Amino acid sequence: MKPAPFDYLRAETLEEALEALHQAGTEARVLAGGQSLLPMLNMRLARPALLVDIMPIAALREVADAAGALRIGAGIRQAALQARPGLARQQPLLAAALPWVGHAQTRSRGTLCGSVAHADPSAEIPLVLVAMGGHVHLRSRRGARRVAAEEFFTGMMATTRAEEEMIEAITLPHAAPDSGHAFREVGRRHGDFAITACAAVVDARSARLAVGGVADRPVARALPLPSDPALEDALEQFAWSLEARDDLHATAAYRRHLVRRLGRAVLEEAAACRA
Amino acid sequence: MPRLKAGQRHWLHLTLNGKAVEGEAEPRLLLSDFLRYELGATGTHVGCEHGVCGACTVQIDGAPARACLTLAVQMEGAAIRTVEGLAPAPDRLSILQEAFREHHGLQCGFCTPGILMSLDAFLREHRRPNEAALREVLSGHLCRCTGYAPILRAALAAAERLAKEAGDA
Ligand code: FES
Ligand code: FES
Repeated sequence: MKPAPFDYLRAETLEEALEALHQAGTEARVLAGGQSLLPMLNMRLARPALLVDIMPIAALREVADAAGALRIGAGIRQAALQARPGLARQQPLLAAALPWVGHAQTRSRGTLCGSVAHADPSAEIPLVLVAMGGHVHLRSRRGARRVAAEEFFTGMMATTRAEEEMIEAITLPHAAPDSGHAFREVGRRHGDFAITACAAVVDARSARLAVGGVADRPVARALPLPSDPALEDALEQFAWSLEARDDLHATAAYRRHLVRRLGRAVLEEAAACRA
Repeated sequence: MPRLKAGQRHWLHLTLNGKAVEGEAEPRLLLSDFLRYELGATGTHVGCEHGVCGACTVQIDGAPARACLTLAVQMEGAAIRTVEGLAPAPDRLSILQEAFREHHGLQCGFCTPGILMSLDAFLREHRRPNEAALREVLSGHLCRCTGYAPILRAALAAAERLAKEAGDA
């Protein structure tokens, strides 16, 4: 349970980090808060030759309102964002989900972008990013690009991030004025990864449900409003489309059940908090 | 900063329980092992080494964190507080420690240092915590002995004592 040897570079500037990632390619991993990466290193599921610590980089430690969205830099820790004044008003879904991310003892160090980079299919932050239609901002020595959250996650801990790219920030559109949001998850114990997590965004004309922990990535879908009798069938179809699997924690059938029940519950809750 | 080479030991400077300390660490050395083997501070316990059990919880710059999910080399210049730093004097327990003793908040004591460090940080910021909030803090720790109820009682008692001492009881 100790990491295999690696070099460690404390990057002071973005340029320094990008140069190191460029030179090392697949051999390097970005280290931010370390709350997803360190377990992987300790269990030797990852054996990088180089860790590039990006936490000293001042430019990555910014949270900013940018064109109706919240831009969260790669150096922002989960606990720091949780304490941001006005978060529940601008980002009610994120504010509702953050207390479910790990424990207080890991949120103190873990970053939002780190959780996105890790791309665990049951993690809360990637789910919120997909539910809100957010973006991932990637940068390498060759340039920068922006990827929609739904295209970023491609499978179990797999993303479209290229070898030498790093996540520089994520952006989440602010909640629309007449919209309601809700988040719920079911796990064995508080702080465990979710067996199933559901996030809903509802406005006057549309409803959107995102589900984590069932498919190999977080998946969002537009659904009928909770008042529409068509919702029942749509939820049923959504639940089956996620191709749930049995594992140690729950059966596929239980996960489908949770998508139907938890899905309806968050949609109703989101619709109710609009009113 | 130069790249720290794998397999070589590098000097680190940090503060442990208010005192400036230094020690050597390979890049892959975990903070938990650095504390125990390099600095000799064995009060911090190690259980799972992947962030689940909470035994290794220390305070880094005031916030509770897992020492097993932190590299020693990340701690250059940081202020670490461990269970050794809680007692005000060698022959006196802190209010929180005293409450654990009174309310049987520990049996084997394996989980205790981590739980104390989480609760100490929490009680500093929450003068009048409710039981639900304390349960939430404890959810980050596993205890195989007590069943948690005595720990909860100890934490509530400590909170009350601390509030009284601060004069806002
Ligand atoms: S040893 Fe660190 S959480 Fe278990
Ligand atoms: S007192 Fe033995 S594990 Fe908690």
